[in-house]
Amino acid sequence: MSLMNWLEHRTGLRSLLHEALYERVPGGARWRYVWGSSLVFAFMVQAITGIFLWMAYSPSGQTAWESVYFIQYEMQYGWLLRGLHHFMAQAMVVLLALHFLQIVIDGAYRAPREVNFWLGLVLMQIVLGMSLTGYLLPWDQKGYWATRVATNLMGLVPAVGPQLQQLVVGGADYGHHTLTRFFAMHAGLLPMLLIVFLAVHLALFRRHGVHAKDPHRKPDTTFWPDQLLRDAVVCLAVLAVVLFLTCKPLILGEPLGDRPGEHLGAHLGAPADPAVPYSAARPEWYFLFLFQFLKYFEGDSEVIGALVVPGAIMGFMFLMPLIGRWRLGHGFNVAFTLGLLLGIALLTGQAWWDDNMAAYDVEIAMLDPEGHKREESARFLEAVEGAQRDGARAVQLASSPQGISSAGAIELLRNDPKSQGPVLFAQYCASCHSHVDADGKGIQAEEVSAPNLYGFGSRRWAAGLLDPERIVDDNYFGKTAHSEGDMVSFIVDTLGEVEAKKLEQIAAALSAEAQLPAQQKLDEADAADIEAGRELMAGDIVDGRNCIECHRFGEDGELGYGPDLEGYASREWLIGMISNPEHERFYAYSNDRMPAFHPDPDAPERNRLTRRQVEMLADWLRGDWYEPEPAANGQ
Amino acid sequence: MDDDIPLEPASQAAPKSVAGNRSGPTPKYTAPHAASRGHATVEPPRRGFLMKLLTLLIGGLATFVPVAAGLATFLDPLRRKSSAGHSLPVAPLDALPADGVPRLFPVIADRDDAWNRFADEPIGAVYLRRTEDENQVTALNAICPHAGCFVDFNRDAGNYRCPCHTSGFEVDGDRIMPCVAPRDLDELACEVREVEGQQVIYVAFQNFYSGLEEQVPKA
Repeated sequence: MSLMNWLEHRTGLRSLLHEALYERVPGGARWRYVWGSSLVFAFMVQAITGIFLWMAYSPSGQTAWESVYFIQYEMQYGWLLRGLHHFMAQAMVVLLALHFLQIVIDGAYRAPREVNFWLGLVLMQIVLGMSLTGYLLPWDQKGYWATRVATNLMGLVPAVGPQLQQLVVGGADYGHHTLTRFFAMHAGLLPMLLIVFLAVHLALFRRHGVHAKDPHRKPDTTFWPDQLLRDAVVCLAVLAVVLFLTCKPLILGEPLGDRPGEHLGAHLGAPADPAVPYSAARPEWYFLFLFQFLKYFEGDSEVIGALVVPGAIMGFMFLMPLIGRWRLGHGFNVAFTLGLLLGIALLTGQAWWDDNMAAYDVEIAMLDPEGHKREESARFLEAVEGAQRDGARAVQLASSPQGISSAGAIELLRNDPKSQGPVLFAQYCASCHSHVDADGKGIQAEEVSAPNLYGFGSRRWAAGLLDPERIVDDNYFGKTAHSEGDMVSFIVDTLGEVEAKKLEQIAAALSAEAQLPAQQKLDEADAADIEAGRELMAGDIVDGRNCIECHRFGEDGELGYGPDLEGYASREWLIGMISNPEHERFYAYSNDRMPAFHPDPDAPERNRLTRRQVEMLADWLRGDWYEPEPAANGQ
Repeated sequence: MDDDIPLEPASQAAPKSVAGNRSGPTPKYTAPHAASRGHATVEPPRRGFLMKLLTLLIGGLATFVPVAAGLATFLDPLRRKSSAGHSLPVAPLDALPADGVPRLFPVIADRDDAWNRFADEPIGAVYLRRTEDENQVTALNAICPHAGCFVDFNRDAGNYRCPCHTSGFEVDGDRIMPCVAPRDLDELACEVREVEGQQVIYVAFQNFYSGLEEQVPKA
């Protein structure tokens, strides 16, 4: 006890504690007073989880996504830490709205508490600023593109807009300095301001005491323990909700995948890539109403929707304590606040419906007479699906044995044949070639005028090529200049009489040249057939005819007339063919309209594709890309 | 801890309360230093105006230096230039079918990002369109002038759509009214040059601030 006295004498600790705990609560403790405390609790959680996240986070273009990936997928319980921070941020916005609502309904903004109300509004801005800056920090496609819209809107500020934007972004374009600035704001400046304003907010709150809704309801009590118990219960409930959202699949017994980070915690999209437009960009759900609001302001009135109206509403909120002095003022303030929340709810709902209507069977013809909105919704959902695919693939590649190089995760998808192949094919090849399977699924040519390249080089494909009926259909040479060429007439006139077994052997031998990864085991098993096929190709298929009359194959035949069959459809062969089909190995004199995509490594401006892009196309056509080993335990 | 609850209308700020305005029992130790400090009884010294001014000046100067150094560095981005604005080769002419259908091409250039230089990186994208009749090539920046998203060309409908706030543009970049965008898609100067016997499309690539009626190039 004497120690306590000594401490009290030297520091005044006991008086301080006494003052903190025995704050009077007129009219008794009530559940409606809990919101302020729950916000302080939420901020504490954010500070604690935030500082630990900080210990593992690195803000730069090549390390932000990478370090967040590492936290989410590799670090012990990193998903939990990140999930808590992510969902508590959202809970904080909800609690802010509830706190604000309670203050306005109770009229707690009136004299002498005006200044504290204003401080509360400033704190609200700081919290919203932290969510905005935090959204960008993982540097994934979603955060990147959504935040770009937000900073673009800063350019609308009269007179200094462009300069302001440049300062916030840290340069003319998004880059390292955007991240360093946003992070300094998110983890440094804004929390510091929040603590300062919160301290004054609490001090003023203590100065004026609890604003009792009904001071004679029950006997007066003290903050400790009556009110604090209620506060603690609500804080625990908030935490329970946040934990539920963080661990949802675990609690609901949904499949968890190989690693906890795959489905638990917060989502992480594909790494930000300024060259890959992201059509699924949307702000965090509590900013959706602002996003939706912008759709109603045409042309040069954009600034009204983006800045003037939100600014005016915020300005009006600052006037509430003054308006509340009039007889009808308080009622007006309450009506305004409820109206505002209703408006926000309606706009949010509309934004959600605009994006998701295509997923439902409900059609309201009156609102969307031409079906445009439905079409756009379908495109949005498609973009979301693509984004999820890219995100999952990026994580797959980051977890591959190759890992993330020092160039950063952006290189993962950019160099991935599985992701880039379809994109390149659709842009550069699909004006003539299709890439569709037997069910018609895949990339359809704009106007078919060249072979379908699905499964190119496989046995199925080679068998079709040697089939007198199929060689002339649209999947092979039907729509090309070769349809009346020597190859087609050889197959149609000659191969029809050849017994099926021989054709199978030739197809197997031709296909073996491709060395397709998917056919490796098959090729090994059928080595004898392949050898027989090779002999036929260079020997006597029927009537002494063979392939080396026109093609080079092994050491037989010559280059120049038909394409080289040595290594046909192999990686090297395909790269060469795509680079320059008129090279003597391919169609030196009989090329049918196919452009050279990489004719000259020394003159980049003449090349439509880079060497790497050609390689990725070849790998994709051959089905040659990284796939993770299925989990050993089959989970 | 004493259980005596002070039920005054509002508790006072900490320093004042030490004087014992609580109804709780008097602490064993009265805070002697607080009493002897006695700032309530000492008259503030009547120094001259100069002295006060000097104090403010010195204090202000001491704060100004670190703040100024910080601000100077903070303002650095204002003098940074974007990689854009030069005429860049985008695609060989024969990569663009003369069918009047716009196609998206990445614009490749060296990109500086603070301490890094990235060689041959995509710095943006343009829709190139070649019309049959005049064999003319036009280039549109793929960025929507409303809020800066990338627009999509919809082949079936024959127009551009922005995936963000529903703005739409005709195939030549003109807005489809009503439209949230304040101006048409940004057209970029482009020309066909002969490079080593090959016709190559060059585009003067430039980004503009979104949301403004007039085109303001980004620095």
